Amino acid sequence: MALEIIERCVNCRACLPLCPNRAIYEAQPHLLIDGDKCTECLGDFRDAQCAAICPIEGAILDELGEALNPPGSLTGIPPERWAAAQAAIAAR
Amino acid sequence: MDLPVIESKPSPSGACQAGGCGADNGRMAGAGLPDALRARVQDHPCYSEEAHHHFARMHVAVAPACNIQCHYCNRKYDCANESRPGVVSELLNPEQAVRKALAVAAAIPQMSVLGIAGPGDPLANPERTFATFRGLALKAPDIKLCVSTNGLALPDHVDELARHNIDHVTVTINCVDPEIGEQIYPWIFWQNRRIHGRAAAAILIERQQRGLEMLVARGILVKVNSVLIPGVNDRHLKEVSALVKAKGAFLHNVMPLIAEAAHGSFYGVMGQRTPTPVELKALQDECAGAMNMMRHCRQCRADAVGLLGEDRGAEFSLDKIAAMDIDHDAALAARLEWRAKILAELEAKRAAVSSQPAQLIRFQPPASRPAAEAVGRPVLMAVAAKDGRVASHFGHAKEFLVYQASSAGASLVGQRRADAYCSGAENCDDDAALLDRTLAALAGCEVVLCSRIGYEPWGRLAAAGISPNGEHAMEPIEQAVMAVWHEMLAAGKLAAGPAAAKRA
Repeated sequence: MALEIIERCVNCRACLPLCPNRAIYEAQPHLLIDGDKCTECLGDFRDAQCAAICPIEGAILDELGEALNPPGSLTGIPPERWAAAQAAIAAR
Repeated sequence: MDLPVIESKPSPSGACQAGGCGADNGRMAGAGLPDALRARVQDHPCYSEEAHHHFARMHVAVAPACNIQCHYCNRKYDCANESRPGVVSELLNPEQAVRKALAVAAAIPQMSVLGIAGPGDPLANPERTFATFRGLALKAPDIKLCVSTNGLALPDHVDELARHNIDHVTVTINCVDPEIGEQIYPWIFWQNRRIHGRAAAAILIERQQRGLEMLVARGILVKVNSVLIPGVNDRHLKEVSALVKAKGAFLHNVMPLIAEAAHGSFYGVMGQRTPTPVELKALQDECAGAMNMMRHCRQCRADAVGLLGEDRGAEFSLDKIAAMDIDHDAALAARLEWRAKILAELEAKRAAVSSQPAQLIRFQPPASRPAAEAVGRPVLMAVAAKDGRVASHFGHAKEFLVYQASSAGASLVGQRRADAYCSGAENCDDDAALLDRTLAALAGCEVVLCSRIGYEPWGRLAAAGISPNGEHAMEPIEQAVMAVWHEMLAAGKLAAGPAAAKRA
């Protein structure tokens, strides 16, 4: 079991010092998780630390490919509201 | 030559009669402070209104991580061409930041302050933040160090801040009530958990207040920043101001919310209204009875460089500084020379003021001086300024400083952004729309002071009830503002009572 950081990551590095297994490392174009080291914090913390501080929805996935922080869960912006705003901006 | 008599020293009595009690507070970093305190802020552009005309600062973007989410912030901080907090062009590591700071300090002798303000929270990135401070303190010991924090991690780092001789800390405090806080902060990261809602706000508020108390106990100057969010904390900020004042904060900076859908913040996408300049000023004036209010904040980027009204960051990208050949000793000498010159000028100005009888402090042409004091209502004037003088062409001004003139003198009460609309003849269609926006930004002002102005905007301003005035080019701002106010008074335009009908 291991988590994965995907391209939505903005490289804020907030997760980097929190990982109990030092599984997160700097890479281009964004931080990555070493799948061999990641334990999803099992036995160390109640919540996976990287996902508990990550500010970007959908940047960290579990091994099923599901976002630990799904759309709307961090910003409070309902996904349909977000989509409408993006469409309005694109139409300008 | 400067006319020293225009310095608006707070008068011991009667300062409140015309402009409200806030009229003099904007000047606190000038004549009104005890010497010891003035010495600590006189070259810090964010702590002294007077200093911001002459001294520059820079922010280095070494702190991308954050430990909370604010509804006015979007954490995709990468942005080259917008001027607002929380965005940067390129992230730096501490070593790059020190190199950049030294390059700026060599090219801009006015530079007196290095601040770390994100694009996340400096104290959520303590290793990077303190490594940057250590590096710069070794090589440019004359530069003041400064941080701006949300306060969550502040109590853990007060000792280290003190050890690094950090004399100025800004804490953003938007509320002291968790019920309001939960409408501003959706979550915090605290003790290895993400905490949501009111519980999160309660923890954040408690940490901010404790951090503030600890800083004050160590004699560190604290500025409190608050974002004015209409309908959320607008009625609450007066209480915040009184509380932080009681706890010993030095200065309160109430800033208008910035919220646009394109920025991707919660408030932007959800259509949260932003305050008008009139609402902002009203709140600042309300708070000013009890607290020193900052009126000259430009809400700058987390990698801003230069005087507050300008941004020279693009001149100092990593590529460009790599090619610079810098003589650090000569740069240090140039900075010290500049600082000594400006501080001597300001000192001379203050000495001239304090040698005058109190009633002559204000600039009043003897011929037009009215028999009774305190006649004439206060007037807002917009100034196209540079280095403390009326020195910009109207069409080239990127911002206007707004001064309130009254019988108590001239005081800065805010600033309004404007896009420089005059970009050459071929763009005149766009210019018309930009001029409309500038006119809207100047709402409430009755006079615009500038060094020059074109024929067309002259007519448009006059039609909007704003008098353009180009007769005081290159004069110090307060002198020019008060001269115009006295002209209006002598012409009978300032009958006491509510403002003239045209402002309605």
